[in-house]
Amino acid sequence: MGEAARLYWRLVGARVRSQLEYRTSFLLDLVGMFLFSFLDFVEVLIIFHNVPRLAGWSVAEVSFLYATSSPSFAFADLVFGHLDHFGESIRDGSFDLVLIRPRGTLFQIATADFQLRRLGKALNGVVILAYALAVLEIGWTPGKVAVLLMMIVAGAVIFCAVWVFMICIVFWSVEGKETANAFTYGGKFLTQFPITIYDQWLRRFLAYVVPMAFVCFFPALYLLDKPDPLGLPPWVRFASPAVALAAAGCAGMMWRLAVRHYRSAGG
Amino acid sequence: MIEASDLSKRFTVRVKRGRLRRERRIVEAVRGISLRIEAGSIVGYLGPNGAGKSTTIKMLTGILVPSGGQVEVFGMDPSRQRRQLAMRMGVMFGQRVQLWWDLPLVESFELLRHIYRVPAARYRANLATFRDVLQLDAFLSTPVRQLSLGQRVRGELAAAMLHDPDILFLDEPTIGLDVVAKARVREFLVAMNRERGLTVLLTTHDLSDIERLCQRLLIIDHGRLIYDGTVAGLVERYGAERTLVVDLEQPSPPLVIPGARVERVEGPRQWLRFRRSEVSAAQLAAKVAAAAGLVDLAVEEPDIEEIVRRIYGG
Repeated sequence: MGEAARLYWRLVGARVRSQLEYRTSFLLDLVGMFLFSFLDFVEVLIIFHNVPRLAGWSVAEVSFLYATSSPSFAFADLVFGHLDHFGESIRDGSFDLVLIRPRGTLFQIATADFQLRRLGKALNGVVILAYALAVLEIGWTPGKVAVLLMMIVAGAVIFCAVWVFMICIVFWSVEGKETANAFTYGGKFLTQFPITIYDQWLRRFLAYVVPMAFVCFFPALYLLDKPDPLGLPPWVRFASPAVALAAAGCAGMMWRLAVRHYRSAGG
Repeated sequence: MIEASDLSKRFTVRVKRGRLRRERRIVEAVRGISLRIEAGSIVGYLGPNGAGKSTTIKMLTGILVPSGGQVEVFGMDPSRQRRQLAMRMGVMFGQRVQLWWDLPLVESFELLRHIYRVPAARYRANLATFRDVLQLDAFLSTPVRQLSLGQRVRGELAAAMLHDPDILFLDEPTIGLDVVAKARVREFLVAMNRERGLTVLLTTHDLSDIERLCQRLLIIDHGRLIYDGTVAGLVERYGAERTLVVDLEQPSPPLVIPGARVERVEGPRQWLRFRRSEVSAAQLAAKVAAAAGLVDLAVEEPDIEEIVRRIYGG
């Protein structure tokens, strides 16, 4: 494990050094990413400019949802976000090069095109989390601190799993990118609001199929001492780590299946 | 070390029919290939575009999962034991860059060293050898994107050999190279084969690669293996016809000589094709001399390029 971690940093470091070869463009991208994801939050503020509460949630509470999902998403985005363009390496067959090396395929593609500029999004998440924690009056106990950390870690794992699961589509259809984005970026958007504002089918979908509700909605109910509008048993609020593990397992299996389906390119 | 029996690969492709309708069609890229490659040999793998060369190589290296048949490399199933096998093989694709594009060449070597867990001493020794044989010193610290094609291919070769593989798969290693660069690549392969017992399997369109390097030749067409043997054997089998070029004292109609046929006439010069199994060059020359006044003569051996062209053509 230690050896793999060192290799990960070495490969990521090589990518970062490549990117720093083009320094100005890197800085512009970094700032751009930060501002762009901040606009996302402005959206939330605009909604609350028109309505005081959203399904019983105040602006500070919704900010808290946004702020806890953001670091999770930013982490997944940093590790796997560049796989947006993964379809191209399937199309042109450059995924061949991953398969001839004696390392895990997922490990290699996670480092293959690591984009440091995506750190801009993480930065944004941290800033808003600080704001939400300052505004909200949460009676902090060691248990609540643990749940906060747990939800960010589990959320990151869930986002990573959704990402990996979705890029598997491109092994079957190289045009699958848009569908994948609907779940990754779309999923992130949905986690920013209390799921009770959505229609019933979408609510069920988020709770049981793509487990986005476990990223921050359920644990947030516990942290903010809110009643569960869906009336689910109380342990659901602590189920995020288990759900994250299950999601990661599914994604891993799907990935293996997809790689065996790889067709390469050319004669 | 490589054993394949009845290896095949089918792809499903969707072909557009009309505006919205698409038809599924099965393409058989490789149809039942059986082959054995012994350790320490250099084997050329030849075939026209789309014949199934790359698909075969990809099944041997674990990139593609075969649709049928068996394949073993060092006793391992390539696609199931991909990572173990990867430690023992080197792969170089002439048309695909494996090095880190924006970094100096030597940094790619460093990264590969860690990916393949090459011990530091072994790495230093190999790098020293390759720097010398492939003459890498002049551009070792140049970013890969700034290298010429010849330099980059030398870099790729060194990269594929850093972890001391037992077998090297090369897909068109000399494509686009000038004469000098080609010669250097060939010298390197011969040296590694002789000194380290490296087994090499290479696909190429360049027949001079085959003539200079390969003890054995495999030819594939339409997914089937149509020849497996030596270069000399190929000439024997497909190109047994030699040509006797004669210059006569004066222009004359095509000569009529049993065992030979005139292929071309150009003034006093005539080209006669004959089979070595039917008549010897000396016998034929004597018959020509008897029929007309003979001034000069030359015997042309069939060249491999022509033979291959004939095989591909029909």
